[in-house]
Amino acid sequence: MAMIENRRKKSLVALAMVTPFIVTFTIFFLYPMLKMIQLSFTDAPLIGSGQWIGFDNYTKLLSDRLFTISLKNNAYFVALTVIPTTAIALLIALGISRLSGARQTLVMALFFMPYVLPVSVVTEIWAWMLDLQFGILQPLIALISGKPVAVFKNPYWVMPSVAVVTIWWTNGFNVLLFLAGLRNVPAELYEAASLDGATTWQKFSRITWPLLWPVTALVLTLQLILQLKIFDQIYLLSGGGPFNSSYVLLLKVYREAFQSNNGGYASAVATVVFLLIVIISVLQFQLLRIRRNR
Amino acid sequence: MSQIQSQPQLRRPAKSLPRRIENAVLSVLTLAAALVWIFPLYWTLVTSIRSDENVAGNTSLLPDEFRLQAYVDAILNTRLLTWYFNSVGTAVIVTVLVLFISVLCAYALSQIRFPGGGLLYGVVLASFMVPAQTLVVTQFILMKDLNLINTWAGIILPQLIAPVVIIVYKQFFDSVPKEMREAVVLDGGGEFTILFRVFLPLNWGITTALAIVTFIGVWNAFFWPFLVVTSENMMTIPVGITQVNDAFGVAYARLMAVAMLAALPVIIAYIIFQRRVTEAIMISSGVKG
Repeated sequence: MAMIENRRKKSLVALAMVTPFIVTFTIFFLYPMLKMIQLSFTDAPLIGSGQWIGFDNYTKLLSDRLFTISLKNNAYFVALTVIPTTAIALLIALGISRLSGARQTLVMALFFMPYVLPVSVVTEIWAWMLDLQFGILQPLIALISGKPVAVFKNPYWVMPSVAVVTIWWTNGFNVLLFLAGLRNVPAELYEAASLDGATTWQKFSRITWPLLWPVTALVLTLQLILQLKIFDQIYLLSGGGPFNSSYVLLLKVYREAFQSNNGGYASAVATVVFLLIVIISVLQFQLLRIRRNR
Repeated sequence: MSQIQSQPQLRRPAKSLPRRIENAVLSVLTLAAALVWIFPLYWTLVTSIRSDENVAGNTSLLPDEFRLQAYVDAILNTRLLTWYFNSVGTAVIVTVLVLFISVLCAYALSQIRFPGGGLLYGVVLASFMVPAQTLVVTQFILMKDLNLINTWAGIILPQLIAPVVIIVYKQFFDSVPKEMREAVVLDGGGEFTILFRVFLPLNWGITTALAIVTFIGVWNAFFWPFLVVTSENMMTIPVGITQVNDAFGVAYARLMAVAMLAALPVIIAYIIFQRRVTEAIMISSGVKG
């Protein structure tokens, strides 16, 4: 009897402990999620109720040119950022791992510093760096294109420029993950390879790269998910323009909901983005798990 | 592999001259890359301590002036101090609440067997994969219904969901030896006593690390505060400074002073707590645990 009593008491204590999480989670996460799916089947404005219209919002999406453009731009942005940032971060981490002591800490701090900045500070800084008239980087741009370019107002330059800003801002995080991965590679392997007369390239391709692959896969997938959610930098630097050349999915959600007052349609776009990211996350999770179990 | 392990005392081979040169070259390259990387921040600082007339077209990379006028202007002519207040207030409250909610939940999940515990942990793991940014439309509608637009509560509440903090805490609690717990139970202590007298003090390091990372994350949050706040008096730093652009026009010295002032708290926090920040990021992304 006492055992059962004790058990019940324990369960009650546990329940009390998880209640704060369950309550906040239900109200501010689960409810908005279900509400989003429900709204996506209505023609509701942002504030107020609407009629059930079945899959109309979703069929409308298929013929919405701006939605197709956003989808393409998201893919373009992913291509411009994910692999480049992973490669750059790996190179930097390899360089840092050769330094030692205080020098390593200092150099790591220099690379990591931008990551702790608010996004609007980052965009202010780069708007100044790339200012058409006085930007300190305009001579570099002129070197490439022959004349200064207002990069965030130019349909060809805008996405690569936002990608550069994004990589500068977030790369420190990836460097950190690679450094952690490099530290897990046993030093004896390199020493043994050196004794056998292996070159630096051989050590990288035979030891570092294979052992580092799990971290590389992690960085790639984290980046993929992160960059699919691009909004802040685009909104602040180009507002989706010029000529919608930097229009992305979350910007579409924002504009439909908060500027065109289409709560239902915005929810449909949001649901699609939601599903897209969840599917990629689940695939990634399975992939990492399979590798771990092997 | 086995051969190497059987000879742990292997003497490190003396480095040959070509190898030493290679090392030196790569070190210099890394250092140069770091300087290039930090240059935008350096340039921001240099611009912010110049006078507005001296900024336009000045390509001298070295600071040729030291004036704090832009900073004074920025503080006097914008609501920067109000935004600081809102940022500090909301970030501290979110950090404290997130840690409190998560530590309780993680402890229960890790140390107590109770019906639904497994399911709850599954929900926590699953919500880790859900992109919160896609929920903003309905979160906004909810806040409107609750009359919380343009309030601290509106900024704070949706930011309280941090499954990763629960996951990290649970991992650490899982590895606390059973005996620590049993000693308190024998003394007649309840679960709350065990948590706050044993588990929390034992994991003080990870608590500070998580607190700093959560604080920086909330301080920098843009999308949600930008949506839920429209009144300038309720804005946080990252949202507020986007208004300054319109107020100042193209006065870059002042704009960069504002950027520096907005960045300073996180830069200082990072410099002081560098090791903790690094550790927390490595642990919460699962590359070290």
